Amino acid sequence: MKKNWLSYPYLVWMFLFIFLPLLLVLFYSLTTRTEDGLRFTLAHFQRFMEPIYLRVLFRSVKLALFSTVICLILGYPMAMILAGNGFKRKQVMVFLFVVPMWMNFLLRTYAWMTLLEKTGLINTFLSWLGLPPLNLLYTEEAVVLGMVYNFLPFMVLPIYSVLRKIDKSLIEAAEDLGADGFTVFRKVIFPLSLPGVLSGITMVFMPAVTTFVISRLLGGGQFTLIGNLIEQQFLLVGDWNFGSAISMVMMLVILVSIGVMSKYEKENEGSGLF
Amino acid sequence: MTRFLKKSYAALIYLFLYAPILILLVFSFNASKSRGVWAGFTLKWYRELFQDRQIMKALYHTIIIAVLSSTIATVIGTAAAIGIHNMKKLKRKIVMNLTYIPVVNPDIVTGLSLMLLFIFTNFRLGFVSLLLAHITFNIPYVILSVLPKLKQLDKNLYEAALDLGASPFYAYRKVILPEIMPGVITGLLLAFTLSIDDFVISFFTTGSGVSTLSIIVYSMARRGINPKINALSTLLFVTVLLLLVIVNLRTSGTTNGQNKKQAINGKY
Repeated sequence: MKKNWLSYPYLVWMFLFIFLPLLLVLFYSLTTRTEDGLRFTLAHFQRFMEPIYLRVLFRSVKLALFSTVICLILGYPMAMILAGNGFKRKQVMVFLFVVPMWMNFLLRTYAWMTLLEKTGLINTFLSWLGLPPLNLLYTEEAVVLGMVYNFLPFMVLPIYSVLRKIDKSLIEAAEDLGADGFTVFRKVIFPLSLPGVLSGITMVFMPAVTTFVISRLLGGGQFTLIGNLIEQQFLLVGDWNFGSAISMVMMLVILVSIGVMSKYEKENEGSGLF
Repeated sequence: MTRFLKKSYAALIYLFLYAPILILLVFSFNASKSRGVWAGFTLKWYRELFQDRQIMKALYHTIIIAVLSSTIATVIGTAAAIGIHNMKKLKRKIVMNLTYIPVVNPDIVTGLSLMLLFIFTNFRLGFVSLLLAHITFNIPYVILSVLPKLKQLDKNLYEAALDLGASPFYAYRKVILPEIMPGVITGLLLAFTLSIDDFVISFFTTGSGVSTLSIIVYSMARRGINPKINALSTLLFVTVLLLLVIVNLRTSGTTNGQNKKQAINGKY
């Protein structure tokens, strides 16, 4: 029984609204409008190689890496706690962990603005203690904080789901063979949890490197990231060609990082793209 | 001892996750405009919120877009999932890989590429372009929710219906559709939530005069703090929480860790 035609509306839709737009981005990134019409060029990519733009790319990758590392350090123990047998209401704990993630991330970021600003709660508390107010908002640290806050669940959940599936008898076997707690972790638990760690890294790094909202709201526009650069080119400057070229570079960064990650992932259970 | 350590670590993480939200909620009832001090309970900001015509219009747009886009995406996506399920292996693999593109692609690229398409084709940016964009990023999530249900399906049921004289269409409506319904509903709710939640793609594909709540929040927050946003956040948080509880109660029986992971993956 063939029901293939049922997917035709979707295929048409996909062609129109996913394939064509991406083709347009590629087209704009490789052309320039001159007096005698369109001309093929690599100038936009060349322009991105200028130090001022490379610095933006470097900063984006740096801040995203920072956030990823902090998420991993904070998140791994949390994933172990959620996956362990220590607590009765584990289902509820996991649910509670997921809830904030579903709150609009603009609002989550905004919430930190109210905490960090000059007259915010943290500074009020400091002055109550008799300490001078700190400049917290509109700093690079605030941007990293915003990323960690927004993306921590993306690190914890994949690690949690891998840890939960680990065969307990392996751990018992290691213990029977005389391994102490740390050795069990180092030799058994951690290596087995690597797929989760890798997909967690991808899932934190990707949104962190492409964000323009967090850097705009918590960085106050002083810390231009690659996302901000793209937004500016399209909505402020109106240079679509250059904006498209940066978008292509960004997609390349994403694709390469997914590619690298899934190459090391033993079970390719995440995305089906590779 | 370790149990105590674990407990306090978990408590700290939950504090980190919930403190900003709770403070937002509490201060939405604060009479003073300043966030530092508590000046008594008030519903003033909620009143102002509901009197703000711009925000009310954005709320209206957000809900209409979410309802329309999730419904249309569910129809197209469910049909697509049935079609994909019946495809040959190679073709199915190609289509599925294409389906993952909007899930994996950064939202900003999806948004601006759609914007380019609309402007390139002289399509007016506004309500319709916003709706088309939302349908586009919703369809893959519907497909990913429905496909697992189709895989679980017992083929014999459909054939039995045919043997008993049902037409293929009747068999689909009376046998297949009820069986995959849980997946369809989950997809619908997921699409609805994602549509309400989206900012980046909406930001690029909307035109003047049409904004969603997220866009309003962004433009307000860029100018600094505004207690009306606190009130708005509280209402949105409660709404999303309710939706989540419903979805969770629906799916708690089935194993759909895969789905959840993909849903998470695509949120940004």
